[in-house]
Amino acid sequence: MRPSSDTAPRPGSRATGGTGGTGPAGRRPAAVRPRGRRARARVGSVLKHVGLIAFGFVMLYPLLWMLASSFKPNALIFREPGLIPTDIDLSNYTDGWNALLHPFSHYLINSALVVLGSLLGNLLSCSLAAYAFARLEFRGKRLWFAIMLMSIMLPIHVVIVPQYVLFSQLEWINTFLPLIVPKLLATDAFFIFLMVQFFRGIPRELDEAATLDGCNHLRIYLQIMLPLSMPALATTAIFTFIWTWNDFFSQLIFLTRPEMYTVPIALRTFVDSTGESSWGSLFAMSIVSLIPVFIAFLFGQKYLVKGIATTGIK
Amino acid sequence: MSVIQELSRGKQAGAARKKGDGRWALLFLAPWFVGLALITAGPMGASLWLSFTDYDLLSAPEWVGLENYTRMFDDPRFLTSLGVTFTYVFVSVPLQLAAALGLALLLDKGMRGLALYRSVYYLPSLLGGSVAIAILWRQIFGADGLVNQVLALVGIQGQGWVSHPDYALGTLMALNVWTFGAPMVIFLAGLRQIPQMYYEAASIDGASRWRQFRSITVPLLTPIIFFNLVLQLIEAFQSFTRAFVVSGGNGGPSDSTLLYTLYLYLKGFGSLDMGYASAMAWFLLLIIGGMTVVNFLASKYWVFYDD
Repeated sequence: MRPSSDTAPRPGSRATGGTGGTGPAGRRPAAVRPRGRRARARVGSVLKHVGLIAFGFVMLYPLLWMLASSFKPNALIFREPGLIPTDIDLSNYTDGWNALLHPFSHYLINSALVVLGSLLGNLLSCSLAAYAFARLEFRGKRLWFAIMLMSIMLPIHVVIVPQYVLFSQLEWINTFLPLIVPKLLATDAFFIFLMVQFFRGIPRELDEAATLDGCNHLRIYLQIMLPLSMPALATTAIFTFIWTWNDFFSQLIFLTRPEMYTVPIALRTFVDSTGESSWGSLFAMSIVSLIPVFIAFLFGQKYLVKGIATTGIK
Repeated sequence: MSVIQELSRGKQAGAARKKGDGRWALLFLAPWFVGLALITAGPMGASLWLSFTDYDLLSAPEWVGLENYTRMFDDPRFLTSLGVTFTYVFVSVPLQLAAALGLALLLDKGMRGLALYRSVYYLPSLLGGSVAIAILWRQIFGADGLVNQVLALVGIQGQGWVSHPDYALGTLMALNVWTFGAPMVIFLAGLRQIPQMYYEAASIDGASRWRQFRSITVPLLTPIIFFNLVLQLIEAFQSFTRAFVVSGGNGGPSDSTLLYTLYLYLKGFGSLDMGYASAMAWFLLLIIGGMTVVNFLASKYWVFYDD
């Protein structure tokens, strides 16, 4: 998106004068010198794009620099603020991959398992609950709904200590169960809310027709709601993926044995064990850890943006 | 409609079709009910009770009444962490929202490359909570980090920002501001919902762009500003990963990055003072809840609802 070539007056832009004959009086001498004004608007638009691009570049610079530095020897990381590596060196990646007790693939697999379980749990349990809130009538519905909404805002710290006690009595510490089972029980209420919103938008005539044809609620849920709710399910999946992949606090608490470490915990251990001495391989593994999120971002942007815009949580 | 709007006008919601699908509801809500009881409400009650006890995980909890709560206010580290957290929240959130709003206003609808700009500005929000970015931050603001390398280019001798008690918290705040993309996306969606005809009518009446901004855009955007404010405040109070990683897990240097949740973690899972940690958690809930209530009350004076 280069603004350079032709920045024609944009439709709907209020800055460019002379569009339509709408502004009779009050508008300043726009009508007098339309040509000069249009030129100025164009210069303004180019300047704005230059500014926005420069700002975006500054915003992303740390990320780009981390990527570039992951290919540089350590000595250069401390000297080179530039982006172009003089010679590409993959040793940071091979060193970092094997720097900890287990190869990094081990932690990637662990993270993937937790993510997979969480995905399954959230998609299933939250859509079930959402169906009840969107389509069923039952006693105390409003109250339960309000409780569900409030649970979205509950800080995890208020429940973490008893949860830890509970899970350690079940001997679930150092398994993935404390991270996955709560998702199977619809504790990520944000997604219930998201799906309730979506279900409400599906015409009721569809389920009424299905009811006339003898469908019960389970079949309406399975054969009408779920197939029609792919965008909401996709949004849920992608947020669950990113949040679980990035999650640190609960994984730090429930996973203490190195063979159970997920990627964030492994990275943290890496920082502690090497200190400041090997930024190169630390960066390399950080990049590796960000790649799945980045891919999810690239392919799921539409759903991410829609998800945030309609329900407002990042 | 957002969570917050839903909560604030929940009374009107819900159709009054009293047919009753009680059994089906029980079936569909079964996982959620179990989760509510075992994972959310139950532990909530338990942690409230634990907050009145002395509990180290190994021996049975011992009732101590309000001692944990009174101890908090004699604990200089607790008071420090409270101060650090308030500074962090109330400085970085307004800056973050200002950046989000400013950029959203610059990116008007129909503009070339809007989707690309939005993606670029939004990406940090997705990555910002990760350990990887916290590691990056630690390097960037280190003594030989990127920031100082750039400063050296213009002849300024920088210092180790993350290792200086006066600046370390600032680097965490910078990280929070850096993730302004998510509220920006919400602002953009809000801006798009303002009917174009308002502006057309206003320009027919000869209102200047500034006047249109003040009299149309700002009032119609106040619900979104409010929503973002509530959400980001709640979230900022719970920041943990960045402080943990950047400080190496102890909130240093000299407790200058000891965010509330980090201290809670150190107390509960570091020194196994679980009763105290529970009391801290409930006090946090009190702060967040109180702040949200105040926000809602204050919103009557500045938030404008169109309908």
